[in-house]
Formats: sequence, C-alpha cells, structure tokens
Amino acid sequence: MAPHNLLNIKIALIGNPNTGKTSVFNQLTGLNQQVGNYPGITVERKTGSCKLPNGTKGTIMDLPGTYSLNASSMDENVVIELLLNKNDKDYPDVAVVVTDVENLKRNLLLFTQIKDLELPTILVINMSDRMEHKGISLDIPYLEEHLKTKIALVSSRKGKGIDQIKELIVNYGSLPTEPCLNASSIDPQYFNGLRNAFPNQLLYKLWLVITQDVNFGQLERKEIESNSSFAKNKPELKRMQQKETIKRYQFINDVLKVGQTIDNSKAKDLRAKLDRVLTHKVFGYVIFLGILMLIFQSIFTWSSIPMDLIDEGFAWLASFTESTMPPGKLTDLITQGIIPGIGGVVIFIPQIAFLFLFISILEESGYMSRVVFLMDKLMKPFGLSGKSVVPLISGTACAIPAIMAARNIENWRERLITILVTPFTTCSARLPVYTILISLVIPDRVVAGVFNLQGLTLMLLYLLGFSGALLSAWILNKILKLKHKSFFVAEMPNYKLPLFKNVGLNVLEKTKAFVAGAGKIILALSIIIWFLGSHGPGEAFANAEEIISHQPENKTLPQAELNDKIASYQLENSYIGIIGKSIEPVIRPLGYDWKIGIAIVSSFAAREVFVGTLATIYNIGSSAEEEVTIKQRMNAEINPITGQKVFNFATGASLLLFYAFAMQCISTLAITKKETNSWKWPMIQLISMSSFAYIVSLIAYQLLK
Amino acid sequence: MKVTLAELKKGQTAIITELNIDAVPLKLLEMGCLPGNTVELLQVAPMGDPIYINVNESHVAIRMETAAQIEVDILTDSH
Repeated sequence: MAPHNLLNIKIALIGNPNTGKTSVFNQLTGLNQQVGNYPGITVERKTGSCKLPNGTKGTIMDLPGTYSLNASSMDENVVIELLLNKNDKDYPDVAVVVTDVENLKRNLLLFTQIKDLELPTILVINMSDRMEHKGISLDIPYLEEHLKTKIALVSSRKGKGIDQIKELIVNYGSLPTEPCLNASSIDPQYFNGLRNAFPNQLLYKLWLVITQDVNFGQLERKEIESNSSFAKNKPELKRMQQKETIKRYQFINDVLKVGQTIDNSKAKDLRAKLDRVLTHKVFGYVIFLGILMLIFQSIFTWSSIPMDLIDEGFAWLASFTESTMPPGKLTDLITQGIIPGIGGVVIFIPQIAFLFLFISILEESGYMSRVVFLMDKLMKPFGLSGKSVVPLISGTACAIPAIMAARNIENWRERLITILVTPFTTCSARLPVYTILISLVIPDRVVAGVFNLQGLTLMLLYLLGFSGALLSAWILNKILKLKHKSFFVAEMPNYKLPLFKNVGLNVLEKTKAFVAGAGKIILALSIIIWFLGSHGPGEAFANAEEIISHQPENKTLPQAELNDKIASYQLENSYIGIIGKSIEPVIRPLGYDWKIGIAIVSSFAAREVFVGTLATIYNIGSSAEEEVTIKQRMNAEINPITGQKVFNFATGASLLLFYAFAMQCISTLAITKKETNSWKWPMIQLISMSSFAYIVSLIAYQLLK
Repeated sequence: MKVTLAELKKGQTAIITELNIDAVPLKLLEMGCLPGNTVELLQVAPMGDPIYINVNESHVAIRMETAAQIEVDILTDSH
C-alpha cells in the first residue's frame, strides 16, 4: 500500500485505559496538541503533531481509551467509527496500539482486534522500566513474528523508546497487515456465508457492524439485517462474542507462553499493601476525608489569593481604562461590561486549575479507582456510582469545575445525572448570601449546650443541598429514558507516581477548555446583565441625576450619599429594575418585595451579587464594603403593607431555601451546555431547579409568616 | 450446591466454571472473566459491596449482583 501523502502520516494512538497511552502521546507531541470535541458529542478529541525522521510530519490522534472494539460507551464508539470508515478524513495510515507490559495479556485483546482490520499496526509495549522489578522478560522477535507486527519497547515515563516508535511510523509501509488469528473459526458456517454475501467487505468489519450500534458509512446495517440468515438476537450475538473473546485469549495465551516469562518470585509488589490501607474500612475513609479536606483547602483558601489578585487586577484595569478613554457609551461598555465580564471568566481559573491538579494526581496515581471502590455502595441507590463522588463533592467549592470533573465518568447516563444534580450542592458563591441572611433572621444562640444556632443553620443548608442532589438523582434515574445501560466494572490500576508533565498538560487543557467553551457564554451573558442593569427606558432612568438632586430633601446631602441615591434610583428604573418590579406579583407569595426581586434577577450573573445589589438599592452603595452597614439597613427595612420587617424569619427562611435550590448561575448553565452539547439540559436544570425552589420557598413562607 | 463468586471469602482463589452471559457485561468477559480462568478475591469494600478481584491478571472491581452471576470452583481456603 502506497502512502498517499508522504509528508504527513496520520497516526491513530489506540490502547486500553491505564496503559500510559496519554504519556506516549505527550512524549511524541510535547506541547503541539489541540484538544476539541468530536462533532455533536462531548468526547474529547485530542490531536497533536510530531516531527518524524527524514523530515516527515506525523499527525497523531489520541483516541479515547478502550478495552476492546466492542463499544460500551460514547468514547469507545468514537474509536470504532473512525476505524471502520476508510473515507473519514482522519482515517489513519497506521495504528499504534499501546500496551502495558504488566497487563500484556489483557491489552493484547484489543491489539488482535485492530489487526483484524488489516491496518498497518505497531505494537508499543510501555512501562518497560517495570520489567526488571516485576521479573518479566520478553522474546521480542518471537512476539513480532506471531503477532505479525513490529514492537517498540518503550518507557514513556523515562522517555525511552520514543524514537523507535517514530522510526517504525515512518516505515509503516513495510508493516504486515494480515490478521494474527482467524477469529471467524468460532462459527465457520456463519462467517463463510457472510463472506460470500459481501465479498468486497472485510469480514471483521461486517462482524463489528452486526454487533455494534455505530454508524457505518457505505454499508448500511439494514442491508445486512435484511438478509435474514445473518440476523441474530442479542443473547445469540453475545454468546458469539464470548466465544470470540475466548478464542482471542487462547491465541494470546499460546503466544505469551513462549514469548513472555515472568519470574513470580520477584513480583511481590506494593499494590496489595497499599490496597489494604487505602480500602480499609476505617483508614480508607479517613484518608479519603483527609484528601478531600486538602482539596477544599486549596479551592477555598489557596485559590482565594490568585482570585483576589485577578479581582483587583480587573478592577484596576477597568478604572484605568475609564480614566484614559473619553467618557461615553463605548467606554461604559468596555469598563462596566466587557472587562468585568472577562474578569468573571478568569476568576474561575484558579479554582479549576487547583481542582484538576488534584484530580489528575489522584487519577494518575491510581488512587481515584480506590475512591470509586470505597464509595460505590453509598451512591448506588441513587442511580450513581462511586465515580460521581468527586464531582458532587467538588460542587461545594464551585459547580463549574465540578461539572467538568464529571468527564471521568464513562457511562453517559451516570455522567448526565451527575452533571444535572451537581448544582444543588452548596457552592462557595452562596456563602455570602447565606451568612448575611442567617445573621439577620437566625438568633445567635447556643442550643443543646454546644451548638450555635447560626452554625447549625448553615450546616443544615449544606445538608439540604446534598439531599437535593441525591434526591433529584434518584428521580432522574427513575424517569430518564436513555439507552445506555448502567453497569459497573472498574479497573483497579497499579499505583504509580504521577508524572508532572501529564498532570501539567491536563490542568492546562481543562483550563483552556473552560475559557474557550463556557467562557464565551459567560462573557456574553454578563454583558447582557450589565446592559439591563445600566440602561432603562424613559425619562426616569435618563434623568435620574437631575430628578434626585432637585428633590428638596436631597439638597443638603453630601455628594457621596447623593450619588448612592442616584444609583439606587437608576437601578430601580433600569431594565433589571423593571423586571424586578414586574415579577413582584409572582414573588410576593414567597415574602419578597421588588427590591429583593431585583437582587434575585441580578444574582444570575453570580449569586454573591445579591448582597451588592441590595446595597445599591438601599442606596448604601459606597459604604457597602462594611457588612455591618448593609445588615443594619436590611434589618431596618419595613414592609409598607404589613408594617413588619421585610427580613423577618419567614422571608429569611424562604430566601435561604430559594438560594439553596434555585438554579441562578449563568456560568453553571454555560458549562452544562458545553458538557452536554445541548441547550436542552441546562434549560431543564434552570426550570426544574427554580420551580422546585419556588415551591419550597412558597410553602416555607406561607407556613412561617 | 453451586458456589458463586459472590460467596468467595477474602483471599480465596477459585476457577470460573460458568457464567450467566445475559447478566455479565461484555467488558468483564473481555477483561478475562471467562470460564476456565482463575479468580482471586482481593478486597471487599467496607460496606460489603463492590468486590475487588484479580482475574486473568486483570484487577477489577465489580458489584455483588454481577459476582452472583458467575459460578466458581473454590481452589484454596483463605489464608
């Protein structure tokens, strides 16, 4: 087969999870990587380029990790769809199958399947640095002969053998392309019939089309299925797949019996000892709790330092721009809309980076699988598995990185449920709202000797958030009709020291994905909310300054207070103000007036804006930094109709419950849109969470008032 | 009486004799959970489920409901 383009070789990197495939990819490409999504689905599409000997260029596709060509997830479908479609523009010239020397037997299963596609295939045996330690030795020429391939013995960790891969890639034309075993011997009659009916098609491809639910270009599955002699029901197919798997393992066992020797006396390893501690019924949870605390510490405390810097930096940039540009609409747009909008995206980066730093270390080291193992039983009743634990818990810091962390869940159904329910967990942006409301309506008293009532209320709100998440997961699990069947098979990889390069690249990639994906939506929506808050129809908004400063009672006010009053009047008459007022009939049964309505609408930019907006409405904007001031002001606010305090216990409780359950964060909606690749799911989140919040708050207020 | 993988004790080794093909995910078969292969129960999660096995040199965690579909012959007693 002649390569159609000598200058650019297309390489598909294929392998089981946990074989160091991504390390090999990182070694081959360095920073020359692009990460995107496959069109229409949310599977990551990683490509990179590398320089090969003789000035040739290689384009490498890092295909999602898969155990076999029998797909059980969207990630695995991607691999099959590419490898079955010769007309795909990404169809590889050569396949590089990465295996782990310690799991060679299992990893070779996929290799024998790839070989059946009659594609030039290179076998990379990775982690060769572990061979001596594990007492493994290989007869490479024997393996090459029987597996009908060329082998590169590689240690991606140490950077060894990478040049050999490149050498083999350049010479891919000389690689054998015939299969290494005849899997069709499991049912000769059936396969012969198939071969005769479709003489121009590769037998194994036909078999894959029959057994998989994937799109396949030229040959419609209908065509095969219309020929009734090939139609088989699911259990029959699965029985044949089992036979096929056994057949492949027989072949692999035979080859390895000669080609691989393992000195078991050397194989005593760390795994068993570490497992005993890390999955221990007491220590296991203690260690996991400790690691969680560390992650929280980093997301709450450490990231607050860069976040404050970003906050101040953008504030400085806005005021600098304001002072240098001529005053006008454009300057306002830039300094009040665009710069804070970009700031609102950048501010999330430290949290995302810290969370993914920890997640990649936990994944790379193999510890994450132990967490999955420990937590699975707890999550199972809610239709989730142990894999949902980390996203759900990360949600207490911020839902944005948490929803991104759900990518680690292979099963789409579980992943979707996790994404949908994560925003219920109490994120850090709710804290300022909670603290001020709690201090207003909950007495600062000690109950039962030790518990502070205010602290208990805060804890209760966190518990409510978690219960909301689990309860809605349970409901979603009952009502969601998705064809992805849930099963639980989790590989427990060996423990490894995380590689800095892999961790660093992963953090970089996740951060870029957030900025490029959700960032745009967040920016656009922030500008819209800014516009609605700073513009208004009619005279009242346009002439706010004149109207307020000409009112007789304001003549003697100092400038700062006068400005506060003007700002408050403007906000009241802005579009957001009008929205706030017009929703008053809807929110009155919850105990809110239009001022709270405005604050709730503005909260969609970010929940903590609630406090600042109230400060502006109560015209204490300039002194709103002092929490005492705004608290006093809120406490003094009287409802003109009832003559009672606005922030009484009933309203306070109703507002707390509303903030606990309502979906009011455009950034979360944006990331859900990105991760589910559809506006349908964020809209479901928005409507169902907010209606639930409305009903709960309504009941609470009506019972308590 | 037939013994299933779910009844194995920690540290015990067994040989898989038969499995309910309709209830065992294909992925587990592909990891080597096939009749004739040896399986060792390495760990049981603190709440009794899932279990952590070594089969065909694959280290995997599976739920009890799956393990109950896999029949075995016990080879050794727990040590």
